Amino acid sequence: MNIPNSIAITPELVAAHGLKPDEYQRILGLIGREPTFTELGIFSAMWNEHCSYKSSKRWLRTLPTQGPRVIQGPGENAGVVDIDDGDVVVFKMESHNHPSYIEPYQGAATGVGGILRDVFTMGARPIAAMNALRFGAPDHPKTKHLVSGVVAGVGGYGNSFGVPTVGGEVEFDERYNGNILVNAFAAGLAKADGIFLSQAKGVGLPVVYLGAKTGRDGVGGATMASAEFDESIEEKRPTVQVGDPFTEKCLLEACLELMKTGAVIAIQDMGAAGLTCSAVEMGAKGDLGIELDLDKVPVREERMTAYEMMLSESQERMLMVLRPEKEDEAKAIFVKWGLDFAIVGKTTDDLRFRVLHQGEEVANLPIKELGDEAPEYDRPWMESKKHPALLASEVAEPDDYNAALLRLVGSPNQASRRWVWEQYDTIIQGNSLQRPGGDAGVVRVDGHPTKALAFSSDVTPRYVEADPFEGGKQAVAECWRNITATGAEPLAATDNLNFGNPEKPEIMGQFVGAIQGIGEACKALDFPIVSGNVSLYNETNGVAILPTPTIAGVGLIPDWSKMARIGDMNDGDELILIGMDGSHLGSSIYLREVLGSTEGAPPPVDLQAERRHGDFIRGLIRGGQVSACHDVSSGGLVLALAEMTMAAGKGASITLSEQRGPTHALLFGEDQARYVVAIPRDLANFVGASAESSRIPFRRLGTVGGDRLVVDDLLDVAVVDLVNANESWFPAFMA
Amino acid sequence: MKSAVVQLPGLNRDRDMVDALTKISGHAPVTVWQTQTEIPDVDLIVIPGGFSYGDYLRCGAIAARMPVMDAIRRKAEQGVKVLGVCNGFQILVEAGLLPGALMRNTSLRFVCKEVLLEVVNADTAFTRTYTEREVIRCPVAHHDGNYFVDEETFKSMEDNRQIVFRYAAGTNPNGSLSDIAGVINARGNVLGMMPHPENLIEAAHGGTDGRGIFASALDAVAA
Repeated sequence: MNIPNSIAITPELVAAHGLKPDEYQRILGLIGREPTFTELGIFSAMWNEHCSYKSSKRWLRTLPTQGPRVIQGPGENAGVVDIDDGDVVVFKMESHNHPSYIEPYQGAATGVGGILRDVFTMGARPIAAMNALRFGAPDHPKTKHLVSGVVAGVGGYGNSFGVPTVGGEVEFDERYNGNILVNAFAAGLAKADGIFLSQAKGVGLPVVYLGAKTGRDGVGGATMASAEFDESIEEKRPTVQVGDPFTEKCLLEACLELMKTGAVIAIQDMGAAGLTCSAVEMGAKGDLGIELDLDKVPVREERMTAYEMMLSESQERMLMVLRPEKEDEAKAIFVKWGLDFAIVGKTTDDLRFRVLHQGEEVANLPIKELGDEAPEYDRPWMESKKHPALLASEVAEPDDYNAALLRLVGSPNQASRRWVWEQYDTIIQGNSLQRPGGDAGVVRVDGHPTKALAFSSDVTPRYVEADPFEGGKQAVAECWRNITATGAEPLAATDNLNFGNPEKPEIMGQFVGAIQGIGEACKALDFPIVSGNVSLYNETNGVAILPTPTIAGVGLIPDWSKMARIGDMNDGDELILIGMDGSHLGSSIYLREVLGSTEGAPPPVDLQAERRHGDFIRGLIRGGQVSACHDVSSGGLVLALAEMTMAAGKGASITLSEQRGPTHALLFGEDQARYVVAIPRDLANFVGASAESSRIPFRRLGTVGGDRLVVDDLLDVAVVDLVNANESWFPAFMA
Repeated sequence: MKSAVVQLPGLNRDRDMVDALTKISGHAPVTVWQTQTEIPDVDLIVIPGGFSYGDYLRCGAIAARMPVMDAIRRKAEQGVKVLGVCNGFQILVEAGLLPGALMRNTSLRFVCKEVLLEVVNADTAFTRTYTEREVIRCPVAHHDGNYFVDEETFKSMEDNRQIVFRYAAGTNPNGSLSDIAGVINARGNVLGMMPHPENLIEAAHGGTDGRGIFASALDAVAA
């Protein structure tokens, strides 16, 4: 009995596929006839925002993507960066926002699964993961449920797969009430001569399907992720995929074994838009056609239509072009791991994407236009209105500095994330040198005696909202700074750009501003973007999220025995602030948490200062002169000091001598390009002198010791009280 | 000092275990695939942690029925030492080589943190480098480590000194009965434990408290 593939194409059906009337006209012009139902699905899958980057491409091109260490920039499954000795790090960050809101556990789990697959598709064994999570206001009725589900999903997948989660972010803001953000990062290690790409080569070669079977889950997922939400959101649950980390772990081992045999010509994971997207990308990149025979596709459900098979987003699947003489050897590996291995098609020389089902041709489309020549828009945009500057003298001082600091360390956005990261396996693989809770996660490079990699993910959405350009710069600068604070040299970054509806000029304006800021900072800091992902339409009933361009970066530590941590300071060490005094309270945490205001311009980022101060810090750390280091960011100097004392379990006595400007700005100001370092007492004069001779601004703050954090006669809090306030918020919230 | 590490689909700390055994003994262990029906001549067989078969049924239940388990059972009967860590412990329990059961953590959440372990019995082939009642650091990483055993068996285990490790000083991460973290069979050659000593064996791990278990098992053989 035949499975019907023909359904009449109506304007309603076209609209339901997320294709605009002019896009449909373009399809008609391209193929000279009405598309079949399967073809309409294929166009919808390839031309949606999520897969085609049609609104963002023009702007993404402006980002710096090259550098002496960049081996592979954007356009492949992940970026590849040289870390010496023939080793490379392969990494990328990707969003799973829409599905995680609809079904938090599976949405987050498959987000982690997808990014891990992107990394091992390229021949790298995943060695580190991070997650940048953003939720609605803590008191919003959905928030607890979403936090609980997303964290369990991230852990459920990553823990079972076996990758350590070494960093990330968790933030709350009411602007994420209707659209949470789940940005998953993964990095893997490979050899420079063992990288695999998706570009197909050679005509008449077998196209092989690997991994799990195809089901009906996730049909239309990429199209769903390219639209806004409204009240009908519950109906979209069937578009969310279901993750199977066990199969993914088997797929990892099988793929790495397979790659060693020399059987792989090209390989691509099946992510968004599944079989369609992977086949088209491999063919289009290699200037080849692809022919698929769906009767050969391993399925786990009966009577699947061609449309369903082409649009399924079932997880843990790969497509590859195989060297035919290696078929038996390759197949044996997949049989050993209990995975499917099926030749489902071949490469052709006609630049057509042809799909056969039950002996009938259900699609015959030009592959280049589907893939790398998909539509592209220059969307109208409007320069964002920036928040006006706010002088510190216009901001009220706290009545009680102790109370203000305790309030900050125990606030939803500054409280300890231990409740979250204790649900992640942070130590598996035995290489985690710095786990979550410091400035960056650090992982040893397996097989090398001294080398390590540092990872950090950062963005301050309230800054981006107040000024997209400065906010974009700041996201890059903070990521670079966090990596530097361990002693690592920042090498390259991946961006995950989360915004609202790009068809609105004001949203497009935020996007453009942020990209320009990111680009400027990446250029100034020699920190190229080597991979990334764009997530638009994060809106519900017309309300957009805070603009959130997450930047995740990687740094190299040549000798981890000289690495710095946040809490390794000793009694008697001197604390020194590197960078200017705090002066800037606009868009600060103090303003928001203590005074309940979101006014003011964000702190400007002086990229030259950022670079000079960072290079100075790295020199100190590598010279063995630093016992502990921490960057100064949200909450300013006093929060940085509090975090260091909490991590060390030691107090500190601070004196603000020769004070210029208001005290609350000095303590809570979020001025950029700053670090606090703890220096052994006998080296403090030397460090001060070398800062002076390098014209690096600094301030000698005081001494480590005791069990209280004391600032002149302004502030005096027991470290144990800070710890209690900091550790209690999350468990109490989730109880 | 020859050792073997068992590999099953879904186990994911096999590489950690191979690394630890290599660093401590100076010799790389042999790896044994789940379908092997014979295990080479070794002195210590280790079943490492992970999520065998995804732990989609009871943890370790499917792995416990793979061909390699019959070979392990025979070796255990011959007196060869067998160590199961985390999922390996769950597999040994499911295979009937150790008493009791491992249930979901009382928090219902996965937990990864460092705990303190009290060495309850330092007179075993796996703990002889420790002293009795010594407290050591050790990380845990599991979702189902809540050990349970019926009262009668518990009593005989106490009498036989089969409880080898207990979570110390209020650090029980999973609600296990009597703070049990690791148990040994009556004969004294099969040990199962939830914590991961293989992740605390060198300076880079922040400590070396976990080394003693492997050093004991491997030295004992050499002696």
